[in-house]
Amino acid sequence: MIGRRQSRVAPEIPTASMADIAFLLIVFFLVTTTMNQDKGLSLHLPPVGETKEIREKNILNVWINARDQVAFFENDQLTPVPFAELKGRIEGRLQENENLIVSLKTERGATYRTFVDVLDELKLAGATKISIANPEE
Amino acid sequence: MKFARKAKVVSVIPTASMADISFLLLVFFMVSTVFVRYRGVPVELPQAEKIEKLQSRRNVLQVWVSSEGVVNIEDRNIPLSEVGKLVHKYLTANPRLIISLRGDKDSEFGVISDVMEELRKVEALRVNFSTKRELDE
Repeated sequence: MIGRRQSRVAPEIPTASMADIAFLLIVFFLVTTTMNQDKGLSLHLPPVGETKEIREKNILNVWINARDQVAFFENDQLTPVPFAELKGRIEGRLQENENLIVSLKTERGATYRTFVDVLDELKLAGATKISIANPEE
Repeated sequence: MKFARKAKVVSVIPTASMADISFLLLVFFMVSTVFVRYRGVPVELPQAEKIEKLQSRRNVLQVWVSSEGVVNIEDRNIPLSEVGKLVHKYLTANPRLIISLRGDKDSEFGVISDVMEELRKVEALRVNFSTKRELDE
């Protein structure tokens, strides 16, 4: 009796779920594949030779020196700004004057990282008018 | 008689080949996935928070600047004086070109500034400073 029952069961690997497994794999790979999309801080450069007269009071000069220190330059005076305070200060200035243009001047010796960090802080603070001044030779 | 024969035919969609089909798809995707990665210059991108994604990859020209100040476009090292000319060539082929400036975070700002100046000269004004997303601390 027992022997007969055993012989009736055909040894077979179930393949019905194979499709499900394979589709699961496809979905997994589709989801985990990251297209390394380009991302970053966008900026529109001004064309060469285009100069605009801007009133002094609408400009905030932000300088970065070769030692990666940040400072505001106003009324012929440099006021160093700690990086942590930068965003707050810019926000304050923007509230005082909506038309404020932030002019970012970086010395040639500064590292690119500092420049990007400061640009990022400016953008975070909500500054939309950002100008990048050429470093002096 | 006719009735009985009809009833015997069971309508079943054959699913045995489903696994093969899906695995075929899987293999196809694995093979056709191209990892576009330039290995020209080793660049470690800076990090930023307020980043924007570039919509399409077709309108992007990547300009690499390594920490040593080597400028690389389309896998070729370009002397600084040639950058403008080359970018101009790409720009005339595609006027909607966006320059993705991929500078190393430790590179000098002077080089970046020079590259930007070259871009400005040939009216390549849409620039994206490529960064990584800053991870929350």
